[in-house]
Amino acid sequence: MSTAAAVNRRGFLKTSAAAAGGLVVGFYLPENSKLAAESTDPKLNAFVRVGTDDSVTLTIHRAELGQGSMTALSMLLAEELECDWSKIRTEFAKVDPANYGVFGSPVLQGVFGSLSIRGSWDQLRTAGATAREMLIAAAAQKWAVDKSQCRAEKNSVINTGNNARLSYGSLAEAASQMPRPVGKIALKSYQSFNVIGKSPKRLDTRLKVTGKADYGIDVRVPGMQYAVLERCPVFGGKVASFDASKTKTVPGVKQVVQISNGVAVIADNTWSAMEGRRALKVQWNEGALANTSSATIRSTFSDLLTKPGAVALNTGNTEAALPGAAKKIDALYEAPYLSHAPMEPHSCVVAVRPDSCEIWAGTQIPSAARDSAEMITGLPKEKIDVHTYFLGGSFGRPGQHVDEAIEIAKAAGIPIKLTWSREDDMQHDIYRPASLTKFSAGLDADGWPVAWTARVASPSFSGLDKAGVDRNGVDGISSVLYGIPNIHVEYHPPEVGIPVGYWRSVGPSQNTFFTESFVDEMAAAGGKDPVEFRRRLLAKSPRMLGVLNLAAEKAGWGKPLPAGHFHGVAVVNSLGGFNAQIAEVSVDGKGKYRVHRVVCAEDCGQVVNPAGVVQQIQGGIVFGLSALKDGITIDKGRVQQTNFNTYEVLRIDEMPVIEVYLMPSHETPGGIGEASTPPIGPAVANAIFAATGKRIRTLPIRAEQLI
Amino acid sequence: MAAIKFTLNGAPQTVDVVPQMPLLWVLRDTLGMTGTKFGCGMALCGACTVHLNGEAIRSCSTPIANVAGKRVITIEGLSADGNHPVQRAWLEGDVPQCGYCQSGQIMNAAALLAKNKRPTDADIDEVMRGNICRCGTYQDIRHAIHRAAEIQGGAR
Repeated sequence: MSTAAAVNRRGFLKTSAAAAGGLVVGFYLPENSKLAAESTDPKLNAFVRVGTDDSVTLTIHRAELGQGSMTALSMLLAEELECDWSKIRTEFAKVDPANYGVFGSPVLQGVFGSLSIRGSWDQLRTAGATAREMLIAAAAQKWAVDKSQCRAEKNSVINTGNNARLSYGSLAEAASQMPRPVGKIALKSYQSFNVIGKSPKRLDTRLKVTGKADYGIDVRVPGMQYAVLERCPVFGGKVASFDASKTKTVPGVKQVVQISNGVAVIADNTWSAMEGRRALKVQWNEGALANTSSATIRSTFSDLLTKPGAVALNTGNTEAALPGAAKKIDALYEAPYLSHAPMEPHSCVVAVRPDSCEIWAGTQIPSAARDSAEMITGLPKEKIDVHTYFLGGSFGRPGQHVDEAIEIAKAAGIPIKLTWSREDDMQHDIYRPASLTKFSAGLDADGWPVAWTARVASPSFSGLDKAGVDRNGVDGISSVLYGIPNIHVEYHPPEVGIPVGYWRSVGPSQNTFFTESFVDEMAAAGGKDPVEFRRRLLAKSPRMLGVLNLAAEKAGWGKPLPAGHFHGVAVVNSLGGFNAQIAEVSVDGKGKYRVHRVVCAEDCGQVVNPAGVVQQIQGGIVFGLSALKDGITIDKGRVQQTNFNTYEVLRIDEMPVIEVYLMPSHETPGGIGEASTPPIGPAVANAIFAATGKRIRTLPIRAEQLI
Repeated sequence: MAAIKFTLNGAPQTVDVVPQMPLLWVLRDTLGMTGTKFGCGMALCGACTVHLNGEAIRSCSTPIANVAGKRVITIEGLSADGNHPVQRAWLEGDVPQCGYCQSGQIMNAAALLAKNKRPTDADIDEVMRGNICRCGTYQDIRHAIHRAAEIQGGAR
């Protein structure tokens, strides 16, 4: 076993070595990896270990990127395990899709699709119940009584015959030897929940307010050096040649290596590596995208919109209904590429050895990290270890940093940490796709819609189905619940070469902006109140209608507002939940808008952790407000934005008051991490329309659009 | 390379590095103190905020040469046991989501409260707008700063 691996097994090491020049270099593995160290505590199943010291260690198989998975997944386990919340410890799971795959996938382990709770709802409660039954069986055996005479409560098994108690710790060893219960274990109904539906303190707060929470970027392993990577500024470009002579004179620089997509500078600290990179001269073969710009992309989209696309949805007969409509409205909506821009730039530590590979990283999809390592190193999966850490945000960002780091470590022959600069992060992301979408609607003589069509041009990122449709690309349009008799949705996937992918809330991030703005246009064209209009069209969707009514009531829709303030409304149904928002907005004479208050109602079924849900809703709204402020633009195949000065995001001085109301429900839990991002944009834009009469059809919102 | 002496979290510290190297990377890479985070490298996001002679500064844009002879406090040294009023308020309110920006948020809030015992919302906006949180914890941060002011017993 190599040193790095040996250190990791022990989990924590802090050594000081006097290095050249009297530098004191302290290498250590982050605090969290104490938890990840292989414990000898008796294991009851893949999720539960009980220590003889009465500790309960729960395995968190969905990365913690801020969404509260560590706490909420622990709650699911604890509910059935009947353990003492104060004695819970957690560890992040290793890559083991057989146990931790998403919805039973044997190959895919990760966080996506707001699936962490809904995909674990039965799985983790069952795992908790199984462990509890094994503890009960061990106690029953010890007491020589029937299991039915025993019950579990707060880390103990109680003999109901004589009130004797045995702690989980004292039963751990015996319980781990018990046969797994066979057959389906009955799970508690909601009336018996003790943990689910409460708001215990987050398990990660103390680490995060003392600087002790360790993220991928914080990992340090013995012998590690620091790498940065110069990539072609044009997407898809390759290295033609490079001159590293100046780089090698930069103090601290150790090596320069070429990998498949660029040239890596390796140094004894990150800053020296960055300085070395600045001195690097690379000639690029810029490739096919060297003349691509936002204007050429838009014209590609625009040309496609003149042609019929793949049919994503056809209800009724719009062709027959539209010509007979009393009033017809058309609109063209546009949304830009967006970067994820989480606070932690990509970072990954990798050690590639002749017979093994270790990866230390924050990544949403750790199984993909292992797959990459298998492909790049040629090592079999069982020789590849992936250690996962807290992520400093992520919001759907994939793990291309892991692939790069593996290549660099392999080429360099030493463990390296690759760190992306903020500029790397913004200019080499996998972006939320841009979209250009044309809508038409026909209203009857009373102002109610009879037909609605949409034609979408937006690059595909999750594959086309048999009909030629990327379902994620039309989600938020083809999924609307409005009772309009004739609906027709078409889709075009333009191929323009800009890398695109998942971004918090996915299709509805742009499509709900379009549909909810256009629904507002329909309401205005028919002379209807925007909430009344939606109410009538949602009459057959009780959960959607429920949150709309709740938000309208709590916001005081239709009641007087402070002078110059206006309301806008929007709703979305996505990822198993229903969300309605009402934004209160003012616009000043210079075209600057301000969002004062947002009232949000959510129905996500059974709420596991109300405080956590509220946090996610607030966060999703802030994310959506940021999406109104800026966009990614392309010139000569390059992203023009570089850092937070050219890609602005919401700051505290623009933060509205957010009120969140949760609909009581015992339906199966829906996803919550992405639920609130889609409606805030159209709610704000609809309020701007109410304030100014100006309809925002192009994002980001610019002051000149409002004056 | 030059030996640079300063005080780090109350203890004398000497590092032998290039004088232009930002304090952030001295902390993180040279000294292994990773509680201070890298976010933007241009003093735009506040993730790297530490105290230099009591002032909140952006360590990503502060050359180590400028730190010579001065006192640096990082998140690791803000309190002995996470019990600074700001940390207590943050714990009470469960403020962090991903938590990556929070070292910087806490250090900036602590510097604000050291000078202004009862900051108004406008005071908070003015100072804290330098710290980006992509998870959107701003409302909880605002509440926690008011709560920290109460905990530290500031006069209105």
